[in-house]
Amino acid sequence: MTKKKTLGNVAFYLGNTLIALIFVSPLIWMISSSLKPEAEIFKGLNTLATFIPKAASLNNYVEVFERINMWKFIGNSLFYVLVIILLDLLVNSICGYALAKFEFKGKGLLLTLVISLMVFPAEAIMLPMYREMADLGWINSWASLIVPFVAKCFSIYMFRQFFMDIPDELLEAAAIDGCGPVRTFFKVVMPISGTVYATIFILDFVAHWNDFMWPLLVVTGEEKRTIQLAIQTFFGSKPINYGPIMASLTISAIPMLIMFIFLQKYYVEGIASTGIKG
Amino acid sequence: MQKSVNKASERKAAYIFILPAVVLLAAFLIYPSLQTIRYAFTDYNIMRPDRIVFCGLNNFVELFQDADFWIAVKNTLYFTVLVVPFQTVIALALALLISSRRRGVSIFRAAYFSPQVTSMVVVAILWTVMYNSSPDSGLLNALLVNLGLEPCGFLNDPDTAMNSIIFMSAWQGAGYQMMIFLAGLQGISPEQYEAASIDGAGKIASFFYVTLPGLKNVIQYVVMITVIQAMKLFTQPYVMTKGGPQNSTRTLVYYIYEQGFQKRNFGYACAVAAIFFVIVISLSLGMKKIIKAD
Repeated sequence: MTKKKTLGNVAFYLGNTLIALIFVSPLIWMISSSLKPEAEIFKGLNTLATFIPKAASLNNYVEVFERINMWKFIGNSLFYVLVIILLDLLVNSICGYALAKFEFKGKGLLLTLVISLMVFPAEAIMLPMYREMADLGWINSWASLIVPFVAKCFSIYMFRQFFMDIPDELLEAAAIDGCGPVRTFFKVVMPISGTVYATIFILDFVAHWNDFMWPLLVVTGEEKRTIQLAIQTFFGSKPINYGPIMASLTISAIPMLIMFIFLQKYYVEGIASTGIKG
Repeated sequence: MQKSVNKASERKAAYIFILPAVVLLAAFLIYPSLQTIRYAFTDYNIMRPDRIVFCGLNNFVELFQDADFWIAVKNTLYFTVLVVPFQTVIALALALLISSRRRGVSIFRAAYFSPQVTSMVVVAILWTVMYNSSPDSGLLNALLVNLGLEPCGFLNDPDTAMNSIIFMSAWQGAGYQMMIFLAGLQGISPEQYEAASIDGAGKIASFFYVTLPGLKNVIQYVVMITVIQAMKLFTQPYVMTKGGPQNSTRTLVYYIYEQGFQKRNFGYACAVAAIFFVIVISLSLGMKKIIKAD
């Protein structure tokens, strides 16, 4: 019996280690190449040595920051993503709360709309959306990166589901204490809703840090350039040195990595709950 | 829920609470959708923004005769039909590999999820470099040659370009689905496995008789969201191949982008967008119906 268990353990750890290494190898190659001088990157591609730098150095990273305004691009992305998230958390939570706890005319209609629009392919409307930005004078401004994406049906729905689980007695107690609906929400409901706020935070961060097509349309030039646009531009710009290219890719992954380290639990809960509860 | 004295203030509060979201949705979701439909029936060209002429079904007629449009449809469907099962099977396999209480599982889970931590642009650029056609510069070709195989054209060969994108996309996306499957696996009670093994079922049998049925809803959900995601393919062809070689990676969304922003045929592009929208919505509703019927 113990022999079988040990065999099972060995198989588990050995198998997973092997498969995990193979799975992660492209990323290992990316990081390792970023630490190598240009000439070494494509030497010995058919050996395991390609995954290990001979003398790791940060030169490529220095070159990236010297050649392009990396801090600005990271800052741009962080800024507009965080503003979207802040506004999303505010605007959609109160809407979800109303759908969960208030009775009003049009409630059913709004709920149906929110649920059906969740699968709406935004790519289908990007052309008139672009025209709208142009008409509003928002091309190349923060507004075009932020405002269209504040209201999200998915967020509204997630908030609604969460708030529906808050016992009515809690809200009645607040009402008896003299709190109007607004105070009740901000003073009583919000403080106990940390989980859903954190979940929407990390889901939104991942979604918008990844943004590519929309910023491609509404941003030209360097002023508002986002990190994804920056690394893509850098990839196509001369001189094409692969060391700095790999470094730029690694750098751009760091903010998301940090977010995941802290908010992993909420991300997992977020995507799992949508899958399980449907 | 609240006393009738508060009903009026409740309703007023409700309208205030839903106002910002509703206004934003109306302005940036509903309005552009209506505009897409409107422009689809015009000859709107960005170069002459003041001359928008209604031209009836012209765009749609042109669309049906446009070989490039149909190629885009074919490429998009090809990508979707291949990537969804491929990625889902990988994700399920990964989930089963680490669905265990042993220590260190979280390390493996992080490894399998890691492609999701970088962005799609990062993955596309990285794999473009890795897919280099020469075994002296391309990691994957170096590996193939090492195994005694012929080097592959990957992104430079119209026969393999889309498959290369499919393989890479599945690698990037499997981690996400794996997380959902892991949660689903946790929802299957251990008693069911015990009952199965008491009935004499081995590992393989209990997979088919306990695991798969227990995951049915999760699998359906995962397939549905992956299909919708796949239909929107844009970033990979844009970063890696610009729709080529020889049209082999030109997808619907890429075609919309090209027609609208590069060729400036806004009206025509909106017609393509409208068709794209209908296809995606039909797929979503169709899949939802299949799920409900089960």
